[in-house]
Amino acid sequence: MKFTGKVHKFGANIDTDAIIPARYLNTVDPSELARHCMEDADQEFPNKVKPGDIIVADKNFGCGSSREHAPIAIKGAGISCVIADSFARIFYRNAINIGLPILESPEAAAAIQEGDTVEVDLESGKIKNLRSGEEYQATPFPEFMQGIISQGGLINYVKEKTES
Amino acid sequence: MGMTISQKILAAHADRKHVEAGELLNCRLDVILGNDVTAPVAIAEFSRLGLGRVFDQESIVLVPDHFAPNKDIKSAEQCKIMREFARDYGIKYYFEIGQMGIEHCLLPEQGLVGPGDLIIGADSHTCTYGALGAFATGVGSTDMAAAMATGEAWFKVPESIKLVYHGHASRWVGGKDFILHAIGDIGVDGARYMSMEFTGEAIRNLSMDNRFSMANMAIEAGGKNGIIAADEITLAYIKDRVRRPYTIYQSDPDAVYARVIEYDVTDLEPVVAFPHLPENTHPVSQAAGITLDQVVIGSCTNGRIEDLQAAAEILKGRRVYPGLRLIILPGTQEIYLEAMQRGFIETFIRAGAAVSTPTCGPCLGGHMGILAKGERALATTNRNFVGRMGHPESEVYLSNPAVAAASALTGQITPPWEV
Ligand code: SF4
Repeated sequence: MKFTGKVHKFGANIDTDAIIPARYLNTVDPSELARHCMEDADQEFPNKVKPGDIIVADKNFGCGSSREHAPIAIKGAGISCVIADSFARIFYRNAINIGLPILESPEAAAAIQEGDTVEVDLESGKIKNLRSGEEYQATPFPEFMQGIISQGGLINYVKEKTES
Repeated sequence: MGMTISQKILAAHADRKHVEAGELLNCRLDVILGNDVTAPVAIAEFSRLGLGRVFDQESIVLVPDHFAPNKDIKSAEQCKIMREFARDYGIKYYFEIGQMGIEHCLLPEQGLVGPGDLIIGADSHTCTYGALGAFATGVGSTDMAAAMATGEAWFKVPESIKLVYHGHASRWVGGKDFILHAIGDIGVDGARYMSMEFTGEAIRNLSMDNRFSMANMAIEAGGKNGIIAADEITLAYIKDRVRRPYTIYQSDPDAVYARVIEYDVTDLEPVVAFPHLPENTHPVSQAAGITLDQVVIGSCTNGRIEDLQAAAEILKGRRVYPGLRLIILPGTQEIYLEAMQRGFIETFIRAGAAVSTPTCGPCLGGHMGILAKGERALATTNRNFVGRMGHPESEVYLSNPAVAAASALTGQITPPWEV
């Protein structure tokens, strides 16, 4: 999977309450969640985000609660991929399980700036900054997770297993 | 090479004699938990499998606690999805309003989790049960859905950080302060992907309620789980509760740790975390004088009977500061009842506090005490992120129940020995 998109840059420790505040957790509708995505970190985000855009953030992205609403809101907002210095554990797990592409690369997270356009190759983990021409290598997924991703998420993966 | 207690539990649930950090395992689960926020998502995913049955009706626990009693129509719909699923699939442990409590207070109290168990919950504070010597970790709804179908989940065997607490804590210092102190030290991602193993003399002397507070906040340091080896205090707690067989594990003397951190709690003051991260910790004396609009005592961190007792001792015969709102939420119906029998509830009401039926409520900015723009609260909860308890421009400070109660009397953050 390859994506090209415009970057929205965020800092360190973006928590799940910032990604989707708990006051909106009484729904699981992706488009409704998307309307409030990141609003406690950047009020304008839900208005300015365009399908295909990419989030780039510093360390520990998605810390806090286990709410899958967080990656669902991001995916619902049309974000194609999240690149971060590092991810919080449950967010990482959830993103893979629902099929939101994510990549860990401290170099990319440090160098890429707000408004840059970047190209991402999920399989190889290569990230290219089209503004500066720089390339970064993200940590590739462990083999086990590639299985889940290639099936389009955990549920399809389990479905395959329970049927066979 | 030896194994840590966390590694041993994972190994046992994957039928392995030995595992090492970094390995991926598929493990059998003892308990799978969901609440009114996460279970509806899991149920929708589960339905996509078209199975018509869950793997085991007695291993799944469903608790409507976040927005329950239903705070609005949407919450009512969410709870209804869970209730109907529980009925249709014969889930034994669904707790209706009137029997429910905050999940992480409720499961240990009901004896549904025990030492040596492997537990996942679609809630990040599932790590609370590590206080019983179990491996318990938070996951997302999709993991919960898959687990309801298969009874299994995949785990990466974590490395461990050993936190050794030496010395004897002073009267006003407890588990909440121990864990806040550690989070202040290592940061909100200091234990990312890792187990936090709590040990040492000060832990051995700690009551179960205080241990729950500690394990509860492992996630606030990014931890995968927090764990305390079961001992006599654990066994006394589970004695009339846990009805399943359980196993007590100890870390091997030659177990490998990513890091060992030692603290002496002898001179530790109660700790207060400033907005907007639990790692922004200060001794309470440095926080003195910060004025407050609201104080909340409750949550899965500090809504247990000892927490209410600590608050009642301070509030007895006194009045809440004029204009300050004190909201107290017992963690479960049983805790509520005991607090009533022991006179705590009367103490609270006479002091001018609002006492609520068990619910997460204000802890996550859900209901029962939301903050307006510019307001400031002190809470015994576990998170003080931006907007956690209401308006994005409100502020939350975190502390133990004694500090919270003392501060409710003065209208500003106050060390408990000053009231
Ligand atoms: S009390 Fe707060 S932290 Fe605990 S489960 Fe409820 S919302 Fe989560």
